[in-house]
Amino acid sequence: MSQPLDRPLVKARNVHKSFGHVEVLRGIDLDVHAGQVVCLLGPSGSGKTTFLRCINSLERIDAGRIWVDGDLVGLAERKGRLHRLNDTEIARQRRDIGMVFQRFNLFPHLNALENVVEAPIRVRGVAKAQAHARAHELLERVGLADRAQNYPAQLSGGQQQRVAIARALAMQPKLMLFDEPTSALDPELVGEVLTVMRELAADGTTMVVVTHEVAFARDVADQVVFMDGGVVVEYGAPGDVIGNPREERTRTFLARMLHEGSAQDSAPDSV
Amino acid sequence: MSTPEAPGTSGVRDEEERPGRIDAVEVRHPWRWVTVAVIAVLALMLVHLLVTNPAFDWPFTLEVMNQTIVIRGLLVGTLFTTVCAMVIGITGGVLLAVLRLSDNRVLAGTAWTFTWFFRAIPRYVLLSITGGLGALFATGLSIGVPFDFLLQQWFGTPDLRLLTISQQSLFALFGGVFGGIVGLGVSEAAYMAEIARAGLLSVDRGQHEAAEALGMSKRLAMRRIVLPQAMRVIVPPTGNEVIAMLKDTSLLAAIPVATELFFRVSQIKNTTYQVMAGNMAAVLYYLIATSILMVGQHFLEKRFSRGYGGTPARRPAAAGVSLGPGGAK
Repeated sequence: MSQPLDRPLVKARNVHKSFGHVEVLRGIDLDVHAGQVVCLLGPSGSGKTTFLRCINSLERIDAGRIWVDGDLVGLAERKGRLHRLNDTEIARQRRDIGMVFQRFNLFPHLNALENVVEAPIRVRGVAKAQAHARAHELLERVGLADRAQNYPAQLSGGQQQRVAIARALAMQPKLMLFDEPTSALDPELVGEVLTVMRELAADGTTMVVVTHEVAFARDVADQVVFMDGGVVVEYGAPGDVIGNPREERTRTFLARMLHEGSAQDSAPDSV
Repeated sequence: MSTPEAPGTSGVRDEEERPGRIDAVEVRHPWRWVTVAVIAVLALMLVHLLVTNPAFDWPFTLEVMNQTIVIRGLLVGTLFTTVCAMVIGITGGVLLAVLRLSDNRVLAGTAWTFTWFFRAIPRYVLLSITGGLGALFATGLSIGVPFDFLLQQWFGTPDLRLLTISQQSLFALFGGVFGGIVGLGVSEAAYMAEIARAGLLSVDRGQHEAAEALGMSKRLAMRRIVLPQAMRVIVPPTGNEVIAMLKDTSLLAAIPVATELFFRVSQIKNTTYQVMAGNMAAVLYYLIATSILMVGQHFLEKRFSRGYGGTPARRPAAAGVSLGPGGAK
């Protein structure tokens, strides 16, 4: 707590992670300041999703440290030794970190409203009436006020993902993590989700976004991080990393993405 | 039908370009009628047998069904035992399934061993064991500090027993319906463990992650998110288990318990020699009980398939009602 006020909300240093013999993350450093939008770009298997999952302990890191709002993630230092946090302590850390998944992962046995109020009521102990009022507000914010009573199976992919965003926001997190939020969507549904995310960014939400939407990263991100092979190849303002990449690997990747995605890029741009 | 090309004049050509309503002869299924006829004849023969055969003494069957001892046997030995054994079986089975899926190897192994042991033993054999369980406790069964007799020997501590049940009481307890409930309950738990495990495994990994990412503890996520979804898979085979249990209560004869439907019916058969009429009394009672259970299962299944069958949007107020037709509608 002795760090200066402008300390990063997320600070990652030398993060390593292996699955068996495969080293997926090989020393990631990253700072995300409050109010910033950071987009992680990179080819499949570059480790960007794994890194995102490390930020809220869905994966356990082998080396390095991650701090969120000054607190070590998944660890605590007691009497000069590091201790792994137990389930309850990890759950407490996760309350303040919202996460949106590629496959939405809405709770299928609960309707949209119940999906949104579940965690505030059960985890934060918010009064029912208050949680419902707030959930209605959030559903309205993502454009689904009239869908509150629908079950996930009755919603389109884009609608499900917007409910999932409302569900994460309901916990009033300090930080929002997005794991390829539009990759499982039909092309014509990508735009509605990106619109909601643009609005969140405009409201000053701190966001870390793993995405393949280069146009979104270019327009919305404060920082773009290009990862490949478990390391950060290049990072900086979108104008530099996307507009004028220094590294050959970044250039090759972007050329391929822009070529393949040129038809879809126009959709978010028109929003 | 090759009419010369004369646009606008030929009706046949119009029919070819813009075909109208189909008014075709449907496919005939003559063999269906044959099978229907065969089944109708067989059904008539069966009805004739049931009505005219003197071995089916229906008035006597109804009389048997009306006997106080038979009704008491149905209520206590059959229905009450079914309910209690299933309560033990379902709670025990879900607990075993959760243990089995635990990261703790000892817990998982314990659950596996329990299932292995009790699934291997026929229920009839198991019941004759629980029925005579009192034989193990010549000096009675005590609740207190384990191995207190050793502590007494080594350290001279007083005996640390809070409550002792005499062997006589144990024989009485296990030799009755209680022994049957215990035996059938633990056997059922072993089967339910596998059903519950299949249910828990059917829930997508992403559901655990989504719940935990919201800050739920593993226990809360299990109770609120995973188990309700697993129920959709667990309920249908559990309904099957309840019906099987209802019938397996006739095995209480192994204990032996007299206050049980088929035991009482058999007593009447043996004294009156009206074998078929007696059997029919039991058959009718089992049919009635099973039919009622099937109705209950139907509503349970509807309740736990919320969100899957494209059910119309419903006001949350109605969600509180669980089992009645109103709740599931």
